[in-house]
Amino acid sequence: MTVTSDAAEIALRTEGISKSFGGVHALAGCSLTVPAGGITGLIGPNGSGKTTLFNVMTGYERPDAGQVFLSGRQITGAPPSRVFALGVGRTFQLTRIFPRLTVLENMLVPGQRGRSRRQHREHAMDLLAFTGIAGHADKLAGTLSYGQRKLLELAYVLVADPAVVLLDEPAGGVNPSLIHHIADRIREMNKTGTTFLLVEHNMDFVMTLCDQVTVLDSGAVVASGPPAAVRADPRVLDAYLGSGDDDDDD
Amino acid sequence: MLASPGAARSLRIAGVAALIALAALFPILFPNPTATNFGVVTLIFVAVTSAWNIFSGYSGYLSLGHAVFYGTGAYFLVVAARDWHLTGSAIFWLLPLGGLAAALIAVPVGLIALRVRRHTFVVITIAFFFIAQLSAGNLSVTGGSSGLLVPVPNNWDPATYNNPFYYVGLIIAVATVALAVAIRRSRYGLQLRAIRDDEDRAAGLGVRAMPVKLSALVLSAFITGMAGALWVYFIGQAVPQFVFDPLFDLAVVLMGFFGGLGTVAGPVLGALVLEPSQLWLNLQESNGYTSEILFGALFLVVILFLPRGVLPTAAEYITAGRARLLRRREQQQGAPGAQAPTPAAGSAP
Repeated sequence: MTVTSDAAEIALRTEGISKSFGGVHALAGCSLTVPAGGITGLIGPNGSGKTTLFNVMTGYERPDAGQVFLSGRQITGAPPSRVFALGVGRTFQLTRIFPRLTVLENMLVPGQRGRSRRQHREHAMDLLAFTGIAGHADKLAGTLSYGQRKLLELAYVLVADPAVVLLDEPAGGVNPSLIHHIADRIREMNKTGTTFLLVEHNMDFVMTLCDQVTVLDSGAVVASGPPAAVRADPRVLDAYLGSGDDDDDD
Repeated sequence: MLASPGAARSLRIAGVAALIALAALFPILFPNPTATNFGVVTLIFVAVTSAWNIFSGYSGYLSLGHAVFYGTGAYFLVVAARDWHLTGSAIFWLLPLGGLAAALIAVPVGLIALRVRRHTFVVITIAFFFIAQLSAGNLSVTGGSSGLLVPVPNNWDPATYNNPFYYVGLIIAVATVALAVAIRRSRYGLQLRAIRDDEDRAAGLGVRAMPVKLSALVLSAFITGMAGALWVYFIGQAVPQFVFDPLFDLAVVLMGFFGGLGTVAGPVLGALVLEPSQLWLNLQESNGYTSEILFGALFLVVILFLPRGVLPTAAEYITAGRARLLRRREQQQGAPGAQAPTPAAGSAP
């Protein structure tokens, strides 16, 4: 692997990340690259460390060992607010919005660089229209349906024009028509240059949307490549169907 | 009928102007010293409850230790007036300094307490409160448990004695509420409310939670300290168990919850309704504990039945009523196009 010219083609990279909780090794030397301008899928059985890796990359957890690089720049251990300011936005598996703020207020929480208050507001409204929930701008976010919350979380992560967006199960728990809608939004944002890394259990979603898929098992990367290649990789089947000892834990 | 946003806005401005004018004329309309006495203490609580709300109401970090800041401002005034030999209206200039002393205390308190959340935070603020009370009762600078006397102005006309306190209190109260409005409308206020809803999520959107929370606490402490300094000058003596009074914190929290935590008008309403009632009850019963028991009961009622406060609950009823009215009208007209435009996919799930 070449690491010299990160800035140009690799948006986000981890090197040898390890993280244990008590005696459980959630991540064991996990090294992953997220190519700039792409849509990378991160898959793996439950408990394979996907969400922990997200937490480490976005500053919510400190790794026991290893490093995180954003465009070649070391960001290991930076707090979440700093990671966001550097251009990495993320969503959570269990959608998290601000229920007692209006939808528009939710959109105004993220920092704004180089935009006036009015421009910021307009940009927020544009993104609400883009995700399809502009009609709910003045409602309290707590009154939105689950699917609408997913769209709101996607929208406000995009407000500050992040270079990289990490999505934790963007299609989880929503109906098929909304899944298509979300996939389209991701594709469209990707065309404008936003890099995506997404965790998802819905294989159709991953295989049709992503241009690269990385498979995690027991806290380490076991395979990585184009969707078709990964799908055919025997190690992936092994990770999912199990060599005997790693049943789903939720 | 639905008022246009512009009309509603001017109506609100007119209402606020009328309320301030009424408050300014109050000592002239009711020159009775008992009435102005009520007025002074009520204004102090308007300021303190609004200040408490700027921190606790907006950020969701419920402080049960604001008496620390109130008492710090109070003791600062007493000691400074004594040591610097100040008398009469010159003592009023110590109020901002008392606020500053409280704000200084708030920095270490905040740096420690704001590392934890929710219930743990509440417990830590109570711990700070007892540290402050015990210190005041045992340190020589505060006069120990017997307390200190404030050099009250003895050459002021008894008939209008309360008025300077009243107007200083009014200025502090109005300024605090204006500040609460400004913060509520600002991006800073939005960050505080985002922290209240989900601090970790806010951090992941670039909100630097610690500086935001800490500055709100320090600002809140500054105003509370000023109010405490005014109060101690008004009552003329500083005794530890009254300057650092646990019932003070409970009263402020009750007023905040009663009117509506996190709103601007709620804490003002809470203070305007509850403080005079308590003072009046104390006057009627002359024992002090009747009002405290009633307030305890009221606290239970508010928490159990109106956890969000009078104003938000009332607003909800009005909004629901309007929506029902509007729907009925649409049904009567039966116009098919009358429905609100549905967004493409957002309404699907």
